[in-house]
Amino acid sequence: MFRRIARRLTAGVGIVLFVVTVTFILINLAPGDPARLWVAPGAGEAELEMARRSLGLDRSLVIRYLSWLGGFTTGNWGVSLTQQRPVASIIAAALPHTLLLSAASLLVTYVGGILIGTYQAIRSRTAVDTGLTVSTLVVYGMPAYWLAIMLVLVFAYVSARHGWPMWLRFPALGVASLDADFLSPAERFVDRLRHLVLPLLTLGFIGVAGTARFVRGAVLDTRFKPFVQNARAKGIPPVAVELRHVLRNALLPVITLLGLSLPALFSGTVFVEVIFAWPGMGRVMVDAVGGRDYPIVMATTAIFASLVVIGNLLADIMYGIADPRISETRSA
Amino acid sequence: MRSLWDLLNDRRAVVGILIVAVLCIVGLAAPFIAPASPIAQNDVLRTRLLPPFATDPGGMFHLLGTDRFGRDLLSRIVYGARISLAVGLLAVAVSVTLGTAIGGIAAYVGGAVERALMALTDAALALPRLVLLLALVSIWESSFLLVVLVLGLTGWMGIARLVRAEVLGLKERAFISAARAAGVGHWRLFLRHLLPNSLTPLFVAAALGVGNAIMLEAGLSFLGLGIPPPAPSWGNMIAGGREALVNAPWLATIPGVMVVLAVVGCNLLADGARDVFDPATHHPHMR
Repeated sequence: MFRRIARRLTAGVGIVLFVVTVTFILINLAPGDPARLWVAPGAGEAELEMARRSLGLDRSLVIRYLSWLGGFTTGNWGVSLTQQRPVASIIAAALPHTLLLSAASLLVTYVGGILIGTYQAIRSRTAVDTGLTVSTLVVYGMPAYWLAIMLVLVFAYVSARHGWPMWLRFPALGVASLDADFLSPAERFVDRLRHLVLPLLTLGFIGVAGTARFVRGAVLDTRFKPFVQNARAKGIPPVAVELRHVLRNALLPVITLLGLSLPALFSGTVFVEVIFAWPGMGRVMVDAVGGRDYPIVMATTAIFASLVVIGNLLADIMYGIADPRISETRSA
Repeated sequence: MRSLWDLLNDRRAVVGILIVAVLCIVGLAAPFIAPASPIAQNDVLRTRLLPPFATDPGGMFHLLGTDRFGRDLLSRIVYGARISLAVGLLAVAVSVTLGTAIGGIAAYVGGAVERALMALTDAALALPRLVLLLALVSIWESSFLLVVLVLGLTGWMGIARLVRAEVLGLKERAFISAARAAGVGHWRLFLRHLLPNSLTPLFVAAALGVGNAIMLEAGLSFLGLGIPPPAPSWGNMIAGGREALVNAPWLATIPGVMVVLAVVGCNLLADGARDVFDPATHHPHMR
């Protein structure tokens, strides 16, 4: 087990290194001179040359790559070109917001998705199942940015215009109200929660739909396997059969799905953060991309890749715990 | 193997085919269906932000209303179908070609080549696709071709894994050994014997890929990094509609419904095809 984790960890470091290297090469292949953003309009070649030297752009690509990599691994992530602040402090401010949103939506996604998917499988081919199948199909086809806009339209604008009750009205922007500093701790907590609702609903809806579709199929597949029929034939109570025999086996692939769904989750987070002005990594990255702020683009790419690798590793470990057959056969 | 015609017995697949076919026809016949040019503007102050079913002062009827420049929304939706489907299909053509080549070579050659190609695939899979897309699109000037290439070049990994698994399974089968014994060359063996027998899972993956690419194109255009305006893309129409969300909610709503429709159509087609072609999912209770 531990050897397997060590091996996966090494592979993970390799993957992050690969991703970072590719990004670095792509950024430096790009046409256009970033130094041009740093000189006044109409500046001559001499000024450009000076800007290039002070930005370190006059050194060779390999040297720049190695010095970036060396700095990055030792915690020196450089200074943002647009914000004049250390990249590390920008990331440190943004990362918790993204982690909160991702973790909350993962929780909603898997709890909701497993419940709905299992319910559908047990009630398969009834009207409820068909209804849920159609709804999950449609919701799964919704782009996150569009669903987000529709939720804002209904729960921020329409609800305010028509005077809906407070619990149906949610803020559309940011993580806290402007006057949050003047609220009592309890009110501040409620305020934070209310700001979380719409972003979380956006990611949660789509995630639940996708997971439910997968779980329904997995449970249906398992329910008619011979070992389940055997358990039923032995006279084990139906509920125990569903929980201990069907669900335990059907949910194994869901663990793998957890790892595989992380890149999609982060992609969704990027859109959601942009629309809801959520000050997380996705927004930082989109802003940096727009402003050609390369140190930030590099750092955010590395962090997103690392999060995906860590997530997959955790899923792998969980799988090993949930299904001992895997670790035995592979380490043998 | 069952033929594609068996798809017509699956209700979901039929609905999917209908949706995709109608969208394709709308896209192809856009100039004949659209009541106006997607970029035509009239007297902007009098024709802008008209609600659906409105008639403008010039006597022109706007079934879906107009946007903030007074352009007919229906015409833009119709021409947008052309762009969305073209991007989706072309991007998937790129990923299928690349994925088939990489997965096929990996499985066929084996050994260190296989390990290297699959490590590359896994590494590429670990990257959040949107992050890579953002980086790529921001670096180069955005254009139709760039969006197709970028979506294609970031979507081949699943296909490569799938083709590898298929070819690995087929490689040891008797008919392949027979073909090899009969002196069939590598290329011919791969193209005429291995590939045609892996087509069905490839079809399922491609249908899913088209839906995905349509959604991502709209997403990039929404961020202002996809199809550059004034070309009507559903994504940049949603972005434009967002600015008038309170006064003209239909502007963001309708193009989004179109994206959902296209994605659902592709997914239905893929779901149906998977059930029809894959005997492993044929449960007695499901038919």
